[in-house]
Amino acid sequence: MNRAIITGQRLAAVFLLGCVLFNYPLIALFNKPGELFDIPLLYLYLFGVWAVLIGLMALTIERRKD
Amino acid sequence: MLQGWVIASVSFAYLGVLFAIAYFGDKRADAGRSVIANPTIYALSLAVYCTTWTFYGSVGRAASTGIGFLPIYLGPTLMAGLWWFVMLKIIRISKANRITSIADFVSSRYGKSQLLGGLVTVIAVIGIIPYISLQLKAVSNSFTILLHYPEIVMPARAGAQPLLQDSALYIAMILAAFTILFGTRHLDATERHEGMVAAIAFESLVKLLAFLAVGIFVTFGIYNGFGDIFDRAELVPKLKSLMTVADTGASYGSWWSLTFLSMLSIMFLPRQFQIAVVENVNERHLARAIWLFPLYLLLINIFVLPIAVGGLLHFPDGSVDADTFVLTLPMAERQEALALFVFIGGLSAATGMVIVETIALSTMVCNDLVMPVLLRWKALRLQEEQDLSWLLLSIRRWAIAVILLLGYIYFRAAGEAYALVGIGLISFAAVAQFAPAIFGGIYWKGGTRQGAIAGLLAGFAVWIYTLLLPSFAKSGWLSLDFIREGLFGVALLKPQQLFGLTGLDEISHSLFWSMLANIGCYVAVSLRKRPDVVETSQGTLFVDVFRHTEGAERSRFWRGSAQVQDLLPLIGRFLGPERAREAFLAYARRRGLASLEQLQANADLVHFAETLLAGAIGGASARVMVASVVKEEPLGIDEVMNILDEASQVRAYSRQLEQKSRELEAATAELRAANERLKELDRMKDDFMSTVTHELRTPLTSIRAFSEILLEDPKTNLANRRKFLAIIVKETERLTRLINQVLDMAKIESGNAEWHTADIDLHEVIEESLAATSSLFGDKRIRLEKLLAEGVPRVRADRDRLIQVMLNLLANAVKFCDEDRGCVTVRLSAGSDAVRVDVEDNGPGIAEADQHTIFEKFRQVGDTMTAKPQGTGLGLPISRQIIEHFGGRLWVESNPGRGATFSFILPLNREGMGQEERTEK
Amino acid sequence: MTKRILIVDDEPNIVVSLEFLMKREGFEVAVAADGEAALKSVEEKKPDLVLLDIMLPKKNGFEVCQTIRANPAWQSVRIVMLTAKGRDTEVAKGTALGADAYMTKPFSTKDLIAQVRQILGES
Repeated sequence: MNRAIITGQRLAAVFLLGCVLFNYPLIALFNKPGELFDIPLLYLYLFGVWAVLIGLMALTIERRKD
Repeated sequence: MLQGWVIASVSFAYLGVLFAIAYFGDKRADAGRSVIANPTIYALSLAVYCTTWTFYGSVGRAASTGIGFLPIYLGPTLMAGLWWFVMLKIIRISKANRITSIADFVSSRYGKSQLLGGLVTVIAVIGIIPYISLQLKAVSNSFTILLHYPEIVMPARAGAQPLLQDSALYIAMILAAFTILFGTRHLDATERHEGMVAAIAFESLVKLLAFLAVGIFVTFGIYNGFGDIFDRAELVPKLKSLMTVADTGASYGSWWSLTFLSMLSIMFLPRQFQIAVVENVNERHLARAIWLFPLYLLLINIFVLPIAVGGLLHFPDGSVDADTFVLTLPMAERQEALALFVFIGGLSAATGMVIVETIALSTMVCNDLVMPVLLRWKALRLQEEQDLSWLLLSIRRWAIAVILLLGYIYFRAAGEAYALVGIGLISFAAVAQFAPAIFGGIYWKGGTRQGAIAGLLAGFAVWIYTLLLPSFAKSGWLSLDFIREGLFGVALLKPQQLFGLTGLDEISHSLFWSMLANIGCYVAVSLRKRPDVVETSQGTLFVDVFRHTEGAERSRFWRGSAQVQDLLPLIGRFLGPERAREAFLAYARRRGLASLEQLQANADLVHFAETLLAGAIGGASARVMVASVVKEEPLGIDEVMNILDEASQVRAYSRQLEQKSRELEAATAELRAANERLKELDRMKDDFMSTVTHELRTPLTSIRAFSEILLEDPKTNLANRRKFLAIIVKETERLTRLINQVLDMAKIESGNAEWHTADIDLHEVIEESLAATSSLFGDKRIRLEKLLAEGVPRVRADRDRLIQVMLNLLANAVKFCDEDRGCVTVRLSAGSDAVRVDVEDNGPGIAEADQHTIFEKFRQVGDTMTAKPQGTGLGLPISRQIIEHFGGRLWVESNPGRGATFSFILPLNREGMGQEERTEK
Repeated sequence: MTKRILIVDDEPNIVVSLEFLMKREGFEVAVAADGEAALKSVEEKKPDLVLLDIMLPKKNGFEVCQTIRANPAWQSVRIVMLTAKGRDTEVAKGTALGADAYMTKPFSTKDLIAQVRQILGES
């Protein structure tokens, strides 16, 4: 398959992953009072997932071979 | 103490820097060394998404809804994952069609409809102007607050000042002048403003640094890091709730709908479309932006919640508007320079948004609203004007001024009202209405102009009713009754609980109903009738953009005639004659032509002209203008469908392919057969030569041997001598016969034989032949049976040749007859149109397989199994040739073991042929 | 002891001429008109030399040559092939199959006699 299409599909997979991670019901799991490393749980979760998604996209894009 | 003049001069200095960057960028672009040909700059310029609504507003939103501000940035992050497919496609389409704005895009897709372009423009202007007001307000407020440094005084109600003392007015005017300078310095066919993009990218950097500076200062300067801020927040119940989302279905619903809304906004806000699509110089830049832009969003949001919490902790009494925390926190801490930097950051956010947005809107207003009207307005005599490029530029300049003026007026009118505060999301919801028409347009060929218009109108109407009007009512401009009681007191029509739908926040509620109406109408109306010719061709160009190579396919959809001398002045009127000439010349050179005179006004050139014009006045108007000088033959819908229909295309293609391969196979088979025939002929010729050689050498061998014997030995006894000489004579005869027959054969085959045609009585011919062969019959004691019908009509033929045939057949019959009780039967009979002769023997017969080969030259059947037959092997082939020459047929029937019958028929009634045949060579 | 020569040809007139020639030269002569008759004759009384035509009814000259060469008892039989087809391939084929000499029709009677004598070691 065309490499560009593979890249596009990986990115679309990141999109779908993000849609799941950023929405109910998964965020409800972290939507509770409490802190981790002195940071509110939800805040940490959202920014953590956000950073991971960006990292995945960057990895997909910058390491593509097309 | 920050003096007003200090702030003003720093601001102007900043704007000066921006302008210098833009100027430099344009100069470089003109020189062909683009400064923005860089994926990082592209990604930074996309951050025009972050306006003052982000810069100041996020903190305000976070202070009231906590983490709820985030979906506005998570949506674009998610959407970036789809850009690889979606945005790339839009960029590719836009470049191929020289799309200059989102209105142009929609109108081009749906058959270059001016109505649709206008509608999109109206929606965009109505949706965006309040958003511009918001920028004005933010800059004006921050300026006012900063002016009171070090005191923290909330600005008076906006619009309360007298007009001439209102900083917002001056800001609007300055921004208008600045935008006109930036955006309309010249008319570009591609509507690209490289200098502006460079400046916007710089602004994005400034606002990010400013915000990070505040964030770091608040988090680590005022407090001791994230842990400290959040620990303190834990102690305040009101703040503690900011760390979570309300655990209700509605709040998750809003979370989702805000994410969704911002996903659409990042695509369809006019400024985003302008930067991401129109200003894109290289579609490969998109790749970097896919992750860099979300990273930017993440960075600019990390400190939002800490600043909000810090502000709320710092100003617990609520006297300070949370929207101003970014500015007021450094002020409260007496950080003069930082406060000024923040102000510049806010100014960056505002100017970036205003510049790009007004340029985008002014292009739309000019191309899709004003020009179509002016061009139709015959009284203006624009059609006769030689150079209209000044008109285009002034329309755009006026449009910029008017848009900013409207923004200011709205700001004055709305002030602190709800209509302004909530406008960010309301704007988003307005531009989200473009989504069905655009997504549908690039992935679904069935979408029609009427469908798009219906969808946009329906969605826009619902948006007005459920979001805009209620925001007016909440601002006190309308009676709140219609919100509380519903329109005309009908409860089902309550704008924020339409049809009794409750449990959603107003944005989600409006988004749901407007999207339902929009998508529903778009799909339903589109399905109602087949797309027409232009819609179909445009639809295919958009949907299949990756399959159609640049320019190659488009001309398929056009048929007509045009003149270069008509097109050139037309383009010249809008672009300026000089530029038009240059563009045409460049086009000609690309095609390897030396001058304009050599240009052929074909479909490609017309298309080129139209796209060139589309860059200046939009697709729809360009089409109308070009159509005015071009005689276009409309293609029938069926014709277009045939060209387009993917399935039929593929089918036709594969049919063609199949046919071609069949043809190829047939040709190959033919070739192979021809080759076989040639090889066979070659082999036969070879065999023939070999056989002739053999047949010649054999008698020669005897002749030579006996001649030498006689020569060497004169004393040979008389008996032997007689015997030997007899053999020599006999073999010589045989040799002569052979040579004659070979020559005869060659003559007949080459058509050089002499024919003496006359009316022949076959009866006579047969009798004569039998007489000539009677000795043969006698020698072998073979019985002859004659069954000759009387009164057989004469046939036209060569008497000697027919005797030759008969002699041959009789000799054959005798040769193969039963040795002991040989019997040959000769029959003559006449049919209605032919005379038939049979010669039957009672010999061994001829095997089925050999019945064909005996008519070949030198083929003598039974070579190896029986005694070698006498004869040259040329008799039958020659006989057949003779009979066929007279239009007859010679064949054999035989059952092996029961003799063979050679028969021939000669046709009657060959009048009129005799005379010519006689002289025939 | 007189050498025995077998003449194999289906052309009666050629047989007559060869028979006359060979007898005149003092050989004992046998005659066969086709391939099968030739082999039968060889079987009955082994000749010293066979003058063998190629285009023969029933069994052609090549086959006859091959059969003779395949039989160890007939190793001493010399074979001179005669043909009216002067193709090189046939010459090669004949030689390959074990013929001692090859003559193309029409031949010079002197040459033929010289060839026969040479092969029989009489010259």
